[in-house]
Amino acid sequence: MSAMTTTTSTSTEAPLSFRRPSGGRTIKNALATVYVFLATVLTIVPLAWVLYTVITKGIRLILTQQWWLQSQRGITPRREGGGAYHAIVGTVEMALICAAIAVPLGILGAIFLIEYAKGTKVARGVSFMVDILSGIPSIVAALFIYALFITIFGFGRSAIAVSFALVLLMLPVVLRSTEEMLKLVPNELREASYALGVPKWKTILRVVIPTAFSGIMTGIMLGLARVMGETAPLLILVSYAVGINFSPTSDTMGALPTMINSGRDQAPQLPGYERVWAAALTLILISMFLNLLARAIARASKLKEK
Amino acid sequence: MAVPDTDATRSVEPAPAAAEDPSLSPAEGHLEHMHSPVPTVVHHRPPAPEKIDQVDRAPRGVKLAKISQTGDRMFRAVATTAGLAIVLLVLFIGIFLLALALPSLQANQDNFLTSRNWTVSGTELAFGIAGLFWTTVLSSVLALAMSVPIAVGVALCLTQYLHKRASGPVSFVVDLLAAVPSIIFGLWGLTVLGPFLAPGAEWVASKIGWIPLFSENIDPKGSVFVAAVVLAIMILPIVTAISRDVFAQTPRDHIEAALSLGATRWEVVRTAVLPHGRSGVISASMLGLGRALGETIAVMIILSTPAPGTPFSPSIFAGGETFASKIANNAAEFDTPSKTGAFIAAGLVLFIVTFAVNATARVIADRGGAKS
Repeated sequence: MSAMTTTTSTSTEAPLSFRRPSGGRTIKNALATVYVFLATVLTIVPLAWVLYTVITKGIRLILTQQWWLQSQRGITPRREGGGAYHAIVGTVEMALICAAIAVPLGILGAIFLIEYAKGTKVARGVSFMVDILSGIPSIVAALFIYALFITIFGFGRSAIAVSFALVLLMLPVVLRSTEEMLKLVPNELREASYALGVPKWKTILRVVIPTAFSGIMTGIMLGLARVMGETAPLLILVSYAVGINFSPTSDTMGALPTMINSGRDQAPQLPGYERVWAAALTLILISMFLNLLARAIARASKLKEK
Repeated sequence: MAVPDTDATRSVEPAPAAAEDPSLSPAEGHLEHMHSPVPTVVHHRPPAPEKIDQVDRAPRGVKLAKISQTGDRMFRAVATTAGLAIVLLVLFIGIFLLALALPSLQANQDNFLTSRNWTVSGTELAFGIAGLFWTTVLSSVLALAMSVPIAVGVALCLTQYLHKRASGPVSFVVDLLAAVPSIIFGLWGLTVLGPFLAPGAEWVASKIGWIPLFSENIDPKGSVFVAAVVLAIMILPIVTAISRDVFAQTPRDHIEAALSLGATRWEVVRTAVLPHGRSGVISASMLGLGRALGETIAVMIILSTPAPGTPFSPSIFAGGETFASKIANNAAEFDTPSKTGAFIAAGLVLFIVTFAVNATARVIADRGGAKS
């Protein structure tokens, strides 16, 4: 700051002489500007690089029709053909079962935090635990479900166990975004509803939630995108199946992450290796689609942050 | 229900049934700030404490339909249950992991904290987490050291340097980085980034390999260093997003005050923006650290597992195993309870470490929030 004080002291002698910052300050400023823009470019490079790699290696297969309609049943790494239908079915099914549990729980938890317990000690405790839950590694969530369902209750490995583990990962995402949206709902809306004699629970269901709906949907989409890419629970809680399987209670089910994982050790010249990259591209496409959808919904939202 | 004037509106607003139990009254909280100036003028009374009394006494003569409280009570109970279920869930995770890890920990022949052994398949258990702990912490801290300076730069660029029209799309692109599933980062790190970084790693190892941390290695592709670079890329969007939010909240007055003193843009950042956002950046870094510590599949794919019997190497260019990658690598072999217990013990340590890191992040964020 010494440079700045000298500027002010000199300007008191000569009335109002504006001067450019001294050389050292100009250089520092220029260096800082270069640094922040370089950092931004450096951040975009890996994204572009990953996308380029995955697209160039996977695009050929996912443009074929059979990629979306066939499974890998009876196809060895040395053979061409087959598709990812079984894995897409598994990934979507497990994510939907997970959402069926995590979404109501997350929304109700957010309602509790904002509408009922706002500012209380209980709310602070719950909110703290949500922070902890959102930081829990997926492998720990998977181990917990393994301990609970397989070791203690004695069930076998199953796709539904994966869904339960994914609930732990999706719940905080849905809850936090719902909470943020409920905070943005203007109090006047609630008061208008109370003034008409509408009970609180109906006000929440009919006024508050519909107003915050698009924001909640954004959170759900982001949560789905996150759980669909998770691999650790799949490794621990279910075996990878190459055939199509719709039953969530069976012990094997295909999924895109495990399709990638089970094929990644093959030699790069085998056709099976190309399928690994095609599966990766499929997974990225689903994840990006959900993210773009989330952004589109957030744009259409009536509630704006500030 | 006729509403003659404002005075009557105020007294009628809460239903009598709700007034009996002030905690259930929906309007109780809002009345205070909505009408606070009115009573001081009209009734010449101190406003706050007597408000509830007024409400109790007033609605004589005005008939209101009785509103059923059953729906409200039920809904409140359901929402509360959901809130408390989350607390129980986190507690259960700790309790169940501990319960299943304990038998194996008691049967353990080695010191759990200091041993680098991992013999769990036979009848004799001898395992310790020292090696796992070193690799986990080394890779995560390295990732953090690479990620935070860049994330802060990006966040500054987005909030202080770029025009609003440009910063929207750019921050969306940065957010998209978080949309890439970790297994794809792992695959990319192993096949593309690892070979790309290998010559540089070899050069560094040949120059300063006498320092144990950089000593020469066997497999530069699957090294802790490559894993750390990939982890840095993965936590970059998290740290950036939070830093961006705190920087954007820098009081306009502070920035303008600095500008009016003739500060350059960098001086504005240094004197107004960075001090304001410091606790936010630290908290964001802790969250990123928590994410890096627990990252499983990317690290598992990249890190080359040392063959059993290989001497331990502290170098960042050596392979190794983290807590998460060790568990995931052996997921198919959970057959006996004692063996599973050993891995669950490792998971428990990971849970405790991430719990501590995330709790610290929360505390720092709260303190920073209270100060400003």
